[in-house]
Amino acid sequence: MRRSRNWLAHTVLILGALLFALPIWLAFCAATLDPAAIDRGELSLIPRLDHLGSFWDVLVNGGPGVPPVWRMLVVSFGMALAIAIGKIVISVLSAFAVVFFRFPLRRTAFWTIFVTLMLPVEVRIIPTYAVMGDLHMIDTFPGLAVPLIASATATLLFRQTFAAIPDELVEAARMDGAGPLRFLKDILIPVSAANLAALFVILFVYGWNQYLWPLVVATSPSLDTIVIGIVKMIGIDTSTEWNKVMATAVIALIPPVVVVLSMQRWFVRGLTEGEK
Amino acid sequence: MERRTIFAGWKLPLLLVAPQLVLTIVFFYWPALVGGWESLTRTDAFGVHVVFVGLANFHDLFADPRYRAAILRTVEFCAAVTALSLGLGLILAVAADRELRGRDLYRVLMIWPYAVAPAVSAVLWILLLNPQIGFIGRFLTSHGVNWDYALNGNQAMLMVILASAWKQVSYNFIFVIAGLQSIPKAVIEAARMDGARGWFRFRTVVLPLLSPTLFFLVIVDLVYAAFDTFGTIWAMTQGGPAMATETLVVKVYNDGVVNLDLGSSSAQSVVLMVGVVALTALQFRFIGRRSGT
Repeated sequence: MRRSRNWLAHTVLILGALLFALPIWLAFCAATLDPAAIDRGELSLIPRLDHLGSFWDVLVNGGPGVPPVWRMLVVSFGMALAIAIGKIVISVLSAFAVVFFRFPLRRTAFWTIFVTLMLPVEVRIIPTYAVMGDLHMIDTFPGLAVPLIASATATLLFRQTFAAIPDELVEAARMDGAGPLRFLKDILIPVSAANLAALFVILFVYGWNQYLWPLVVATSPSLDTIVIGIVKMIGIDTSTEWNKVMATAVIALIPPVVVVLSMQRWFVRGLTEGEK
Repeated sequence: MERRTIFAGWKLPLLLVAPQLVLTIVFFYWPALVGGWESLTRTDAFGVHVVFVGLANFHDLFADPRYRAAILRTVEFCAAVTALSLGLGLILAVAADRELRGRDLYRVLMIWPYAVAPAVSAVLWILLLNPQIGFIGRFLTSHGVNWDYALNGNQAMLMVILASAWKQVSYNFIFVIAGLQSIPKAVIEAARMDGARGWFRFRTVVLPLLSPTLFFLVIVDLVYAAFDTFGTIWAMTQGGPAMATETLVVKVYNDGVVNLDLGSSSAQSVVLMVGVVALTALQFRFIGRRSGT
């Protein structure tokens, strides 16, 4: 009875794993095929390992209508890191202020941030674009990243973490003569390292995967992220070079997947504890 | 629960909270005001004068059968994506919660799609479903199925639902696994001693204990399907054919960025903001209840 149920579980999980892995494998194989063969519908599940050149080709030369993939990778890395680090820094600072100080308008400040909790950039896209125009930030790198840095979720998460720090720890630090900034640097941040790591993973993936905002705010090819680039490549409908598209898609997947898997333990714990 | 030990001074904390506050005001409140104002105005045909029109944009919006159709379509799309991704995530998590050989490997294999960009998942599914080149699409067409999502709206809808749900399964998996593990072993053991087993035990013991997690996931999945799937839909169908896959966010983009109808698209943005706030309120009622227990 028990054993047969384990077999059922194995079967379900293997089917699930295949459901996730097969499309990627197919994309990898397609990247090694001749574009004319793909157009004829001759996809195969066996890659032609002597044809890995398309990966190098898109990295250095790009594809139709898009800059070289290495350039788009630089923009994507810049954007994802700026968003992840920027959000973490300003959220740690603001949560620290809200939890460990009493200052005028403290509640007002907190609620001002809190109300924006679940307002994704997608719903305020048009007016935000108008504001960016007034700030002369359209088609600039800061324009890509800065509007996505404001974050109530991260502030809320750190507020929760900091609120759980025992009073005794703060008291002890004060007795030892530590000022607030010293306390933040030497105690609070090391104690919250696991949360910081988890949030970094979530925000890096969030930044890397952005599509609508970069599409709207940046039109110059030098600001194309790799996700934007892929969709541009399939936009040229009549003569899509599918091997290049798939090579780019596989390359685009690697950095966020590596970040998630290498920090999986923290990421899963931080995600489920903070509830997003 | 107020903290007893606090630091003195008010200048430093104001300085610390300032960056977050400034960004929030500049990139949330200011756009919200601009959007609110534009939703009440209209630009004349020559693009010279901006006229205050009150609620006329909203009136036109809800009087427009195409907008009402888009609302209905979005609801259907969100419901389908949520049901598929949550259902599959639940099944996989229940299977992976057992003491199996290779359990950790299975988990890795379920978790990594979290990292896939919505637009990239669209490209992968095109490779599966495209009628000319797709692995499955070609199989369908060569076996007499009239498969062409560029022409058939229902097929296009099915395709964007599959690609959107596929990417979201791992998120649900992660949360359900965590939820299952937080159920005390003693409870399961007690149910087992009472003779409850299999599906019956799952339905009467596990599922009720899991329901807060599931409720949370329904909200998150709905928000994901409503807003984060723009990249998936835009890459696959651009909302077509004949608006068959045009969800509300795709429509905002089409009307505002492509057709430059600022008044209407701002009104649509305001409607979306109200929707998000309502969902947030719903979620907080639930979180409040949960932390109370």
